[in-house]
Amino acid sequence: MTVAASILVEEHSARTRMAPASRIGDKAFEWLTLAMALAVVVLVILIGWQLWQGSSLAIKKFGFHFLTTSTWDPVAEQFGALPFIYGTLVSSLIALLIAVPLSIATAAYLTELAPPWIRQPLVSLIEMLAAIPSVILGLWGIFVMVPWLREYPFPLLKRFLGWTPFFTGPMYGPSMLAGGIIIAIMILPIITSVSREILRSVPDLQREAAYALGATRWEATRIAVLSYAKKGLFGAVILGLGRALGETMAVTMVIGNTPQIAASLFKPGYTLASVIANEFTEATTDIYLQALFEIGLVLLGITILVNLLAQLLLRTITTTSATRAVQ
Amino acid sequence: MEPLKCCRKILTIGLLAGVSATASAQMMINGAGATFPYPIYSKWFDEYAKVDPSVRFNYQSIGSGGGQKQILSQTVDFGASDGPMSDDNLAKAPGKIFHIPTVAGANVVAYNLPGNPSLKLDADTIAGTFLGKINKWNDPKITALNPGVKLPDQEIIVVHRSDGSGTTYIWTDYLSKISPEWKTKVGTNTSVNWPTGIGGKGNEGVSGQIKQTPGALGYVELIYAIQNKMPYAEVKNSAGKFIKPSLESITTAMATAQIPDDFRFSITNAPGSDSYPICGATWLLVYEQQKDPAKGKKLVEFLKWALTKGENMAKDLKYAPLPDSVRDRVLKRVDEIKT
Repeated sequence: MTVAASILVEEHSARTRMAPASRIGDKAFEWLTLAMALAVVVLVILIGWQLWQGSSLAIKKFGFHFLTTSTWDPVAEQFGALPFIYGTLVSSLIALLIAVPLSIATAAYLTELAPPWIRQPLVSLIEMLAAIPSVILGLWGIFVMVPWLREYPFPLLKRFLGWTPFFTGPMYGPSMLAGGIIIAIMILPIITSVSREILRSVPDLQREAAYALGATRWEATRIAVLSYAKKGLFGAVILGLGRALGETMAVTMVIGNTPQIAASLFKPGYTLASVIANEFTEATTDIYLQALFEIGLVLLGITILVNLLAQLLLRTITTTSATRAVQ
Repeated sequence: MEPLKCCRKILTIGLLAGVSATASAQMMINGAGATFPYPIYSKWFDEYAKVDPSVRFNYQSIGSGGGQKQILSQTVDFGASDGPMSDDNLAKAPGKIFHIPTVAGANVVAYNLPGNPSLKLDADTIAGTFLGKINKWNDPKITALNPGVKLPDQEIIVVHRSDGSGTTYIWTDYLSKISPEWKTKVGTNTSVNWPTGIGGKGNEGVSGQIKQTPGALGYVELIYAIQNKMPYAEVKNSAGKFIKPSLESITTAMATAQIPDDFRFSITNAPGSDSYPICGATWLLVYEQQKDPAKGKKLVEFLKWALTKGENMAKDLKYAPLPDSVRDRVLKRVDEIKT
């Protein structure tokens, strides 16, 4: 028997001697983590149930029409959530269109190209952006971003893209587009940080293999890194989308808060989260309050639905690329 | 080990001190509600602590809706609201609720025009603008009121509150009184279905948007217009006179308005040649029959102090005090609280 083998045997017997105690520990650990994991699920269910309870009257009174009508009139007690649903989805979509290319490009630069003396300050700056309170961003939005948008980018957009229905009509400043841009700023740090971690975890073997095949730096990044990390990057985008859907304060301050459905992104809009924040404190009648609760329920539903759709999309993307790889 | 022991000792002493502090604690009177009067209420509570150190007030400015709800469910000793409670809500109360008006404020019509000229507006033009019927600054109706002022051929961008608020309640109450069309189409509430315009969150949101948007017009509380140095219009009152909003013209409006016995009044468009037409009061809500006699007694003492000494502090904080005639009636009501 070699020395190494004897050590192994000794270790093995030591482990068997310790077994009963550690097995109880393992079990306890398993149950503890299971309980924690379940607690999250239970919490979501409880929230949903509470919202359902809180809005039962409104659900009974308005039924499915709540989701399909556009009047929001607290005086006549007529409530329809459609413009808010539209506003939430469109502002989040604008935010993703702006933030995703920016964040992934930033993450790619930081992991693949940036020299260390740029990387560290840039990373801290991006993380600092995430630390700015929402309400501060909103104030900056009112006093700096919106007047600037109205002065320069909006007229340019109108001039060059005015032939599409998205950039027509008067430009007041507070608008769906302004709301989307402020959300983009808010979700940029989270998408960038998560994407950077994902790109960093791509094994160097991937890059080396690409270079060995004669790939340029751009080709190596595109084929070996970005493509390899596709699934993870998609997850980062979904995390950002989750934040975008629920973002409230800063959006409320720049979106114009008008419940309407208009193709033009220069027109003001409204989101589900904003209307709750705006009207909850001063809602005095029962049905009004219940309608606001139902808005909360709808927001929860949309968030879950969007996440499910994203998972589905992710699965189709990964399976098609897998089959392509096999072929 | 030594420092840990030391820590523990300090902690124990601290805990004991905490316990003894609660044992000799003052009586705590809880209230919740309106945000508009919060600055003056907190000033009153501070000052009153010097008058009667045995009682402390805890007021949470959670909004008028919350104030009404909490007094109805009796989770607070008093509620506060920027609008009077509706008959429906009062019917839900387990006992009779008194409305105690405390101070009043005004909405001004603020705007952003090149050169910021001083403007005069009347019921027709204000309602027309907010209904979306007058949408140019050089509309004949506006120019007729302002001879000598050169008004641009520019779109009027209406700015209103997006959050539910007492300010909006006063504003829509005024519009409903002066415009039948507004009354049937839109109505009065803390938030409404606006026919036109963009919404800003809070007084700061509306004043911010007016200041940033050329051609904007909107309503904000008087104090915000003063603090932000925004121009605001003189408004024609029901007697046909143009009145510059001021604390005096608000108090005058309260003196000339019809005030019913339950104090659920509205002072918008009040008669009297010196009344500013767009103003409103704020109320404390208390039960006639107090559950806790000791607390009730202290609350009554405080209310009497607030309505006499407290009213004198109102002007410094840019709130309009009650006129003497109203105040005497309110003090009588406070005497009717049973403890």
